[in-house]
Amino acid sequence: MWAFIHKLGSPKGFYAISARWLTPLWLAAAALILIGGTWGLAFSPADYQQGDSFRIIYVHVPAAFLAQSIFVAMAAAGFVFMVWKIKLADMAAAMMAPLGAGMTFVALFSGAVWGVPTWGTWWQWDARLTSMLILFFLYIGVIALRGAFASRDGGARAASVLAMVGVINIPIIKYSVEWWYTLHQPATFSITSKPAMPAAMWLPLLLMVLGFYCFFIAVTLMRTRSEILRRESSKRWVRALVEEQR
Amino acid sequence: MVAVRATLRRDLVLRMRGRSEVLNPLVFFALVITLFPLGISPDPTLLATIAPGLLWVAALLAALLSLDGVFRGDFEDGSLEQLLLSPQPLAALALSKVAVHWLLTGLPLALMAPLLGIMLSLPAGSYGVLALSLALGSASLSLIGAIGAALTVGLSRGGVLLSLLVLPLYIPVLIFGAGAVQAAIQGGGVAAHLAILGALLAAALIFAPFAIAASLRISING
Amino acid sequence: MAFDSLSAFLAMGGYAPYVWSAYGATAALLLGVGWHARAERRRVLRDLKRRIRRERYQAGAANNTTEEGPRR
Repeated sequence: MWAFIHKLGSPKGFYAISARWLTPLWLAAAALILIGGTWGLAFSPADYQQGDSFRIIYVHVPAAFLAQSIFVAMAAAGFVFMVWKIKLADMAAAMMAPLGAGMTFVALFSGAVWGVPTWGTWWQWDARLTSMLILFFLYIGVIALRGAFASRDGGARAASVLAMVGVINIPIIKYSVEWWYTLHQPATFSITSKPAMPAAMWLPLLLMVLGFYCFFIAVTLMRTRSEILRRESSKRWVRALVEEQR
Repeated sequence: MVAVRATLRRDLVLRMRGRSEVLNPLVFFALVITLFPLGISPDPTLLATIAPGLLWVAALLAALLSLDGVFRGDFEDGSLEQLLLSPQPLAALALSKVAVHWLLTGLPLALMAPLLGIMLSLPAGSYGVLALSLALGSASLSLIGAIGAALTVGLSRGGVLLSLLVLPLYIPVLIFGAGAVQAAIQGGGVAAHLAILGALLAAALIFAPFAIAASLRISING
Repeated sequence: MAFDSLSAFLAMGGYAPYVWSAYGATAALLLGVGWHARAERRRVLRDLKRRIRRERYQAGAANNTTEEGPRR
């Protein structure tokens, strides 16, 4: 077991082992998202209050979940990188940051689009949307900081520190924004807090959330593998591997 | 402890010599506050309702303006490297630098805010809370901001990046700081807000020095 | 099935622009990211192959000159 983990930590071992996970993950992501998406779009019942605009939930909520999870994953990878100096963790962190920013943007966009039929406006300073917006800025900060450093190692360590500082702050920001929201906007109802959804409504949501997570893991894995090849391009095992491929 | 006191004294003397660095944030604060009645309306009732938020946002931006200088001078003349090499814990030395920044930026801003509050016809009875919340909050702002300043000190164009990194992290302080002033105006409980500001400060005091020290090491060693 | 016909499905109970634009943006992101990951992998492999070929060629050329060296 310990040897297996050790092997996973080295770029070469990780490259070899992760090759087996890639196809199942892509298939699972595609299947879950396709089934959940069609179910949510065509088969689950419309909401009694919001009608069919409610179906946006099936992309909004998974994107929002993933946006937050990716930030936490990024900070965890940064922590592993800083403490144990495992380069692999930093490669993964670097590769997942743009996807996290993209997910945050989609969550914001679908939230704004959902806001038109629900609130009658594109933007409402709703607690969830506001903290999503702040999360978006945090993502941009981490990506920009990494890019601003001339040395890769410096950028990696700076981005790790910022991600960790950000992840400590995210719950504080979330709670303070929620508190602020209840102070200023008590009347409007929040778009995603439903008392009790029937199974036909939440099951596709669950499938979509799982599918998004599989997608995230698959993309991060694939991009980390590419990054390994890029960074280790002068190592002998990479040479041998490329020779084999043709 | 001796080293901390020495750093404190050295930084205070250095900053006081370059007076413009201390005065600039204050002038900026006053100028921004002057712009708002010109841009919105001189109507006292309207100004009074937005005054807590305006004062807090303007003070926050003024503090941000001076943030880049916390480590910049020491980085350029090489004394930051000496700090890193010294046997004293870097976190404590960094904390004393942040303390100087707060003493010469946050505290003067807090003391000046009631004056600008009068100009925005802030309702009476909230001036003390405004100054107190700003004094408490700006200490957290200095601590959080110093992390960003330490991360960007090695970059040639770190200024814009610094505000991008730091502003999102400032939001909780802004919410509770402006909330305290608003609560004072509406006659609500101010103590809860100030207590939360204090709690944020305590948390920042515990975590930030280590983050600043780690960031300084990254910036110096590449 | 929550809809009676295809046109009802496309109309989304009058919310068509909102629902479809939200799904469209999400699909665009997912497909774009997936495609980018694939393209990135291909590009990295292609560049590596090219580099190896170039280095081998250069190594070969270097060997030739050293072999030809004494003859001159």
